[in-house]
Amino acid sequence: MAEKRLAIWVVVEQNQGKLAPVSIEVLGQAVRLVEAASALSGEVAVVLLGDQVEDLAEELSAYGVDQVYWVDDPRLKHYQNDSYAAVLQRLVEREKPDILLFGATGAGEELAPTLAARLSTGLAAHCTGLDINADGQLVMKVPAFGGRVLGEIFCPSTSPQMASIKPGTFTVTERRVGRGEIVREDASSLLFDEDIRLEIMDVVQFEPSGLPLEKADVVIAGGYGMGSKKNWGLLEQLAAELQGAVGCTRPALDEGWTAGEHTMIGTSGKTVRPKVYLGCGISGAAHHVAGIKDSGVIINVNRDALAPAHAYSDYCVTDDAKKVVEALLEEIRRTKNEDDSG
Amino acid sequence: MEIAVLLKPVPDPAQYDKIQIDPATGILVRKGLKTVINPEDKHALEAALQLKEQHGGRVALIGMAPASAVETFREGLAIGADEAFLCSDRAFAGADSLATSRVLAKAINKAGPFALVLCGSTSADGGTAHVPSQVGELLGFAHLTHVIQMEISPDGRATVRAKMENGYRESRGRLPLVLGIRRELNTPRYISLMGIMAAQGKPVHVWSLNDLGLDKGKVGLAGSPTQPGKLYQPDMKRKGEVLQGEAREVAQRLVGIFRSAGILG
Repeated sequence: MAEKRLAIWVVVEQNQGKLAPVSIEVLGQAVRLVEAASALSGEVAVVLLGDQVEDLAEELSAYGVDQVYWVDDPRLKHYQNDSYAAVLQRLVEREKPDILLFGATGAGEELAPTLAARLSTGLAAHCTGLDINADGQLVMKVPAFGGRVLGEIFCPSTSPQMASIKPGTFTVTERRVGRGEIVREDASSLLFDEDIRLEIMDVVQFEPSGLPLEKADVVIAGGYGMGSKKNWGLLEQLAAELQGAVGCTRPALDEGWTAGEHTMIGTSGKTVRPKVYLGCGISGAAHHVAGIKDSGVIINVNRDALAPAHAYSDYCVTDDAKKVVEALLEEIRRTKNEDDSG
Repeated sequence: MEIAVLLKPVPDPAQYDKIQIDPATGILVRKGLKTVINPEDKHALEAALQLKEQHGGRVALIGMAPASAVETFREGLAIGADEAFLCSDRAFAGADSLATSRVLAKAINKAGPFALVLCGSTSADGGTAHVPSQVGELLGFAHLTHVIQMEISPDGRATVRAKMENGYRESRGRLPLVLGIRRELNTPRYISLMGIMAAQGKPVHVWSLNDLGLDKGKVGLAGSPTQPGKLYQPDMKRKGEVLQGEAREVAQRLVGIFRSAGILG
């Protein structure tokens, strides 16, 4: 009898006909796992749920996957946990994949634990590392205490082994050549009206203005030490001069100084890896540092020489952040003028 | 309206930088850390108290924690909850989110019936965000998490907004529901002196494995589908070169650093 192949499934997310970026990041990890565990001859499948999303099925089939399970139905137009979990449960029980991966978005953080509870299996949240060990088990590395500690998690006795990954944890890997098989599933055998207890009334998404934090080469991050909304304006000026983006910590967000929660960096916000990160008035709590640790150069300005942020920096300045930002703005404008006149 | 609020005592998130791993034993050292109500759970409690003020009823706190956490539940009573149910047993130790949710769901059924179960969407310590959905599944209630707005009418109709990336999703349904609450929903009230005094007279029930009638193999580490392996403390330290001098000199050095990183042309 042929040995069972290791089957890894990625549950992708689409909103209004667009794939969530995290889905491609997770897919890259699934392909990497199968390549790394070549002795197990694994395969990668994606599961796509939606309404009239054939073009996404086509797109996904080119990402180095073996299959695209595609379920199309008007009732699946928007993510909703009852309908999505019902379809996934039936597919998983039929095909019995070994590993199931999710993006830990707002929807993923609801769908993954829902499905894990229905399947009575284990789920590791917000993995920062995934590997297959010598026994063919998935080793999931997860953060706790805001990233202060990382722990390994296994799911040894139930199946599938489930894991979620936060957006931005992994960079997108190269799009592979080759074509996976598209398997169009019959929605009427996977979803029944009585599965659905909640009705989606409205889905509202806005495009945040300006350069997205996770795409900026320079991130100017501000914390409570900036002191006021007026001072915060200096960070925005600095980011504009450097063609970067402004990020924030939770305390600065709570003060109402920032552009909003979508600019928060850390374990409960964004992960950034700019060429240069400049932290201004940030103490450097573990949950913030976990979101910036892969940056190229890390600079921190903080009045407190003992602030933990200093230890996590390549360069640090023990001074008032407002004062240093003002001086830096002046210096950048001066050098730009020199460049123009030179 | 009968409302259960799931309350989790957690080590104070402001002190997580003090957490260490003992290099000899590989075990987490969290000694001396203050225990507080999980921050988002306070928003869940606030939402419950507001609903009680509008529609009447009672607010019960339910949680799973060592018996020493009773003071944290007392704090929840001082904020305004009516009674507390603390599930405490050595058999519960080491539980993952599913094994925890089994205990919580059983306690909710035993202390209930409840029309609404509210909790924080995420805990500050483990932070999986699994519990609202998993408790909902085990109770057989519809559920939503990352809730930033909700309207619940006395006849049991609910309209709920859940946060998504750069937006929200609005759903409509009926009670009973389990909702995972985010901090955007409201501003928690402070504890009043009256509240602290009143809390002393409010009942705190402590329930063991036997009280809940649960199977030992379904709870705690033994009943957890996920099992922990090694712990690490990520080393995020860098060289920490101190830039000294007047702000203007520092600014010149910084411009140099930006330039060598390929910024500013």
